[in-house]
Amino acid sequence: MPDVPEGNLPEPAPEKIPVTPAAAAPAAAAAPTTPAATAPAAAPKPATVPWESALVVQLRSVYGAAIQTAATYAGQNYLVVDRSVCHEVLGTLYEQAGYTFLTDLTAVHYPKDALPFEIVWILYSMADEQRVRVKARFAGGEEVRSVTARWAGANWMEREVYDMFGIRFAGHPDLRRILLPEDWTGHPLRKDYGLRQQDADWVQKNLGIESGQ
Amino acid sequence: MSDNQFYESLDETKPGHTFLDSNELVLNMGPQHPSTHGVLRVILKLDGEKVNGIECVIGYLHRGIEKIAENRTWAGFGPFVDRLDYTAAVSNSLGYCLAVEKLLGVEVPKRAQYLRVILTELARLASHQVWLGTHVLDIGAVTPLFYAFRDRETILSVFEKYCGARLTTHAFRIGGCRWDAYPGFAEEVLKLCDDLPPMIDEYRNLITGNRIWLQRTKNVGYISPEDCMSYSITGPVLRGSGIGWDLRKAQPYSSYEDFEFDIPTGTAGDTFDRYVVRVEEMRQSIRIIRQAVDGLPEGPIIARVPKVIKPPVGEVYVSTEAPKGELGYFLVSDGGPQPYRVRVRPPSFINLQALEKMAKGSLVADVVAIIGTLDIVLGEVDR
Repeated sequence: MPDVPEGNLPEPAPEKIPVTPAAAAPAAAAAPTTPAATAPAAAPKPATVPWESALVVQLRSVYGAAIQTAATYAGQNYLVVDRSVCHEVLGTLYEQAGYTFLTDLTAVHYPKDALPFEIVWILYSMADEQRVRVKARFAGGEEVRSVTARWAGANWMEREVYDMFGIRFAGHPDLRRILLPEDWTGHPLRKDYGLRQQDADWVQKNLGIESGQ
Repeated sequence: MSDNQFYESLDETKPGHTFLDSNELVLNMGPQHPSTHGVLRVILKLDGEKVNGIECVIGYLHRGIEKIAENRTWAGFGPFVDRLDYTAAVSNSLGYCLAVEKLLGVEVPKRAQYLRVILTELARLASHQVWLGTHVLDIGAVTPLFYAFRDRETILSVFEKYCGARLTTHAFRIGGCRWDAYPGFAEEVLKLCDDLPPMIDEYRNLITGNRIWLQRTKNVGYISPEDCMSYSITGPVLRGSGIGWDLRKAQPYSSYEDFEFDIPTGTAGDTFDRYVVRVEEMRQSIRIIRQAVDGLPEGPIIARVPKVIKPPVGEVYVSTEAPKGELGYFLVSDGGPQPYRVRVRPPSFINLQALEKMAKGSLVADVVAIIGTLDIVLGEVDR
């Protein structure tokens, strides 16, 4: 039934997006006429609140100011730690707090920052059904310590981060590209990766024409 | 070393030390091998029939989904996620919508949540039917494939009536569902719930007691619970090893807490147990669908969401129990109309890593069984 009239949809919220994006969506969601008003409980508005728990107190007592942030955003706990201690923090979480499952390992590129690469480890504790994200910032060209010794599953995740961001992992058993061919140039998920330039280069080299666009 | 010394250094109890077995053969399987379910290339180091080493080469289907996301609007990326695990496109869509809704702080109306559960569980059934048919075919039984695909058609026709598409449905929108249930939807789905259990019994009669099937799956592709944890394995593979962890129970989303269902687990951690787990999951999905259709509330199907979606600055990780395992989306918003970063945590990609662990030391024919039991979809592995 692809031809359902548009009237089937509730009319969208007024097109008034405030300049500060932090207020945009929740304001729309909380409009008094919202159909969600009948729902049992409205979802908590995303807001950053300090994460206070015995675990955070313990981590702070061991690592002090290297635990830069311990917060909860949209009900999800995360830690921002200094890169000098991130490996040890992961070890503490694994050995003492039951976060024995590495859900995911990825990176985000912030090219304008002094430390442009953020590595994100997402850990899970099956005993407590809790998830925590550990984040640390690294400079370009800096090596990150591999966690493959603890989690065998980190092998491909780190290879993918290397492939997509060019971040090298020290102690990784087999750090090569994984999704892209070995002879690929550049790391696509970096923000400065030129998609059009890449395309034009390929077309010029392989088809002998100026541009494929 | 003289010949005599060499002879004495041989341990005749170990076949690897005799001259007959001293040469290893490197065999390239794929990327176009039919049992690799797409374009997976596996390089095997063989000693006769025995697999001494194994390496996966992936990326043949890489489309740069995560980079595409950075050049689309939040809503505009919606159709792309259907192309990850295309055997259960609805599940991908659910995960992405839930993640963006979390970022926005939007509460989805109850009716939409129930509709999502019904469609997602139907997709799980369809996905498991594809797995069953192809997995059994790989091992040598041709008939069950036709049974499984025959029954999958009935599910796909529900999708088709619901949204016009059978495979890459794009059924959900950020904030709820795009379409309400069509007239006769409840009756049709309930009839499906009545029809499917006898069909699943049919698969059982064909497969479960079959001697060849048992010999090809029992004690094949063993993985221990500890290795599952170390390899970050989720989904039926984890449950087949005896860890009864399912995100629908552990961290319920989209009203899964309203429904009664069991999490089937295996004990042996082998291919046969994973087969049992998935078939039982199909029965549990039917149970969930029945409850969701019976309790389908009235009301709106989509929450109020601004036309131009600009989530506040922040990041969330939201994951759902897809048919293959934990499908997670890590989203970073810089407050703009396009995602700053979308990371997909693909269950197939991460589960496939364990192939090396599971297949090393087994026979070359078992590699085919193990690829089947991991239930990978290359669209999701390569993204």
